Amino acid sequence: MFGLIETAKRLRSKGLMGIGQRNAEYVLRYNPRKFYPRVDDKLITKRLALDAGLPVPELYAVVREEHEIAALHDKIRGREQFVVKPAHGSGGDGILVINGRRGEKYRRTNGQFMSREEFDHHLSNMLSGLFSLGGQPDHILVEYCVQFDPIFENVSYKGVPDIRIIVFLGYPVMAMIRLPTRLSDGKANLHQGAIGVGIDIPTGLTRRGVWGNEPVKEHPDTEHSIVGLQIPRWDELLLIAARCYELSQLGYVGVDIVLDKNLGPLILELNARPGLAIQIANGNGLLHRLQRIQALEEAGTLSGDPAERVAFSRAHFPTT
Amino acid sequence: MKKTTLYLLAAALAALGIAGFLWKWKVLNFPVTPVAQTEVWEIQARVEYDAPRGPSRVVLQLPNDPPGYSILDERYVARGYGMAFAGIDGAREVQWQIRRAGGGEAVLYYRATIFRDERVPEFTDEPAVPVPGTWEEPFGTARAALLDDVREKSVDSTTFAAELVRRLNAQAPAEEVKLLTEQAATVDARARLAVSLLADRQVAARLLHGLLLDDSTTNAPLRTWLQVWDTDARVWNTVDAESGAVGWPRGLLVWKRGEAPLVDVTGGRNELVVFSTVRSLADALDTAKQRLESRDKNLIAYSLLDLPLQAQEVYKILLLVPVGAFIMLILRNLVGIKTFGTFMPVLIALAFNWTGLVPGVILFFTVISAGLLVRFYMERLKLLLVPRLTAVLIVVVMLMALVSVVSNRLGIEVGLNVALFPMIIMTMTIERVSVAWEERGAGYALSQAGGSIVIAALAYLVMKQANLQHLIFVFPELLLVLLAATLVLGRYSGYRLTELFRFRALARDPIAPAPAAAGDAAPASKPAE
Repeated sequence: MFGLIETAKRLRSKGLMGIGQRNAEYVLRYNPRKFYPRVDDKLITKRLALDAGLPVPELYAVVREEHEIAALHDKIRGREQFVVKPAHGSGGDGILVINGRRGEKYRRTNGQFMSREEFDHHLSNMLSGLFSLGGQPDHILVEYCVQFDPIFENVSYKGVPDIRIIVFLGYPVMAMIRLPTRLSDGKANLHQGAIGVGIDIPTGLTRRGVWGNEPVKEHPDTEHSIVGLQIPRWDELLLIAARCYELSQLGYVGVDIVLDKNLGPLILELNARPGLAIQIANGNGLLHRLQRIQALEEAGTLSGDPAERVAFSRAHFPTT
Repeated sequence: MKKTTLYLLAAALAALGIAGFLWKWKVLNFPVTPVAQTEVWEIQARVEYDAPRGPSRVVLQLPNDPPGYSILDERYVARGYGMAFAGIDGAREVQWQIRRAGGGEAVLYYRATIFRDERVPEFTDEPAVPVPGTWEEPFGTARAALLDDVREKSVDSTTFAAELVRRLNAQAPAEEVKLLTEQAATVDARARLAVSLLADRQVAARLLHGLLLDDSTTNAPLRTWLQVWDTDARVWNTVDAESGAVGWPRGLLVWKRGEAPLVDVTGGRNELVVFSTVRSLADALDTAKQRLESRDKNLIAYSLLDLPLQAQEVYKILLLVPVGAFIMLILRNLVGIKTFGTFMPVLIALAFNWTGLVPGVILFFTVISAGLLVRFYMERLKLLLVPRLTAVLIVVVMLMALVSVVSNRLGIEVGLNVALFPMIIMTMTIERVSVAWEERGAGYALSQAGGSIVIAALAYLVMKQANLQHLIFVFPELLLVLLAATLVLGRYSGYRLTELFRFRALARDPIAPAPAAAGDAAPASKPAE
């Protein structure tokens, strides 16, 4: 019992935020429910991002009805690589990444082949809401498959690594890169076994990583070091993340960005309830940083200029 | 909404709930434990007299709000008689009248159901200072001699009265007592004498007549007590008019006060009142209900206790759902156990109510695992979501029927109760487990399923406490307290217990691995050695 209290005290002093606090003091307070559809429906997010001039993966097709699934095969006939995702999906559930074909079959990133029948069934599940948040009927996005930057080649196992930046009132407060592993089946989701690597906000260098709940230094599959990596175009990434505040109107939001070999950073999705593992990945708590910005809020000196906000974050939020 | 507003609201709700609870418990005597029983007495006063051929009138004194007791019910049996009630000075009487009785012995009954509420009564009504009478000799001298003698042996009005009573009732009385009690052959008459003697010394005293209820009897004597005003403590003290014992006797049911005779018959003769008492233990809840009803019908009419019995049984269970949900709230938001579905564990816990814990868990796992096997097979059939759920539901119902039939054959009675499991919840659980299994792996799915069962089991263990069931059903206002606690927990933003384990790596000092310095960044494109 004493050990637990001691742990709680230490975590408190490090500014670690628990899920109760995140929900009560940040999500419920800073995220008005009416803006949730902007991030819960990836189609709306995409449209808003395009309107704001922010880069997103190109949309190939939308499937809203069961019968449109058949037509989809024709629409994407010419595409070798594409991603199919439910518009209301969460945590990467249900996302299908196709990176090749053989005849009628689609090849997934893990090398498995998927018959057209299996493909149709998966899409039909998506439409009926199997992967959507409340189980409500959903629609499907078919979009550009990101060609990930070779800089991550040695530290990811298949799949696409993505960068998660927590943005509070427009200020990027913490960032990590999520690296898929064999365990995560190529998915960049920490729950499923991906590695989270904390990124130092001022420099864009990776500092320390976590796999499960334990710290790691090397990628378990490729055995390459995951610390000390320089994230390319870091300033641009931070700026995109910061601009997502105006886009979503959500005060506390997680921005998921991928780095494309040719197109640069692309916004994958926004999250109104970003997870807390980013704190373990960084070895830092979120709370002190959030309070820093709340102090600005109270002083009435929040900046309306994304570039200014990024500059503030880079000056104040190093990973320690 | 500010936190203070929330806390104020919660405090108000809790205060309301607790106040209602205390009122019902302390004032209305609702029992807080399910087995509480109370003493209930059936008292019968049987009035006999020789009725003339012609009109006659019987007046019987009745107990009027007897201290320490509550009258739950009263019945009068007097065939052919007209009945009227009267009361003066806190007395209460029933008047029976008949114009033409048939003659011979007439019998009338008064019956009451009374309940002992264990209060020790206090009497504080102020008396008027009595006026001493004037007496002829030799009585005047005898009275003065006796009073002076008694005074020597007493310290206050109560001991004075007690000593006086003892002397008046002594086996071998003194000469002056013999003289005074010549005309007072009964205890009651001697008690009256004592009152008048006390008045000589300006000590206020009065008579109480009552029954001592300690066991069932067919002929309980109406006994007499003396009450003496203590001018210092400003309270009436009670003295046994026969033994002189001081103090309120346990079980005393005051039948009448004052001078009026117990029964007064006009036009008849040889009147006689016989009391009989029957003691029984009744369910405290029923008694409280009856008492409340005799006081104010609406209080009961708008409570759960007035519902038909079947509905009451339903509510006994339904009212436990909030308790179970609260347990789950604690385990989910304070401890951090993950479950399938928000309220699934509570509904499972409700089902455990009928099956018991261990058989319940076994039945649950049997149905869920069998359902999962079917569900995994269906995955290969590539059914759409709704048809698939329907198919699983059908299979679940069939499985439940199968389990019931098989366990019936095997003579395992508890297996029959599998029908009480909420099948929709089971279906959704199977679906969720199978999706989680496929998406997140077996470990994740099993740990969540395990968490759900642990919460269900804990919720069940709490909900099956008979005391708790009773408390919530009899005092549903306690749910307000639960609501208040829920509101307060609703803003709990501290760490959950499981988070302490999840984030324990962060609590280590120093955090490993140390952050790489900005300078020695190893280029990630470095080829593998």
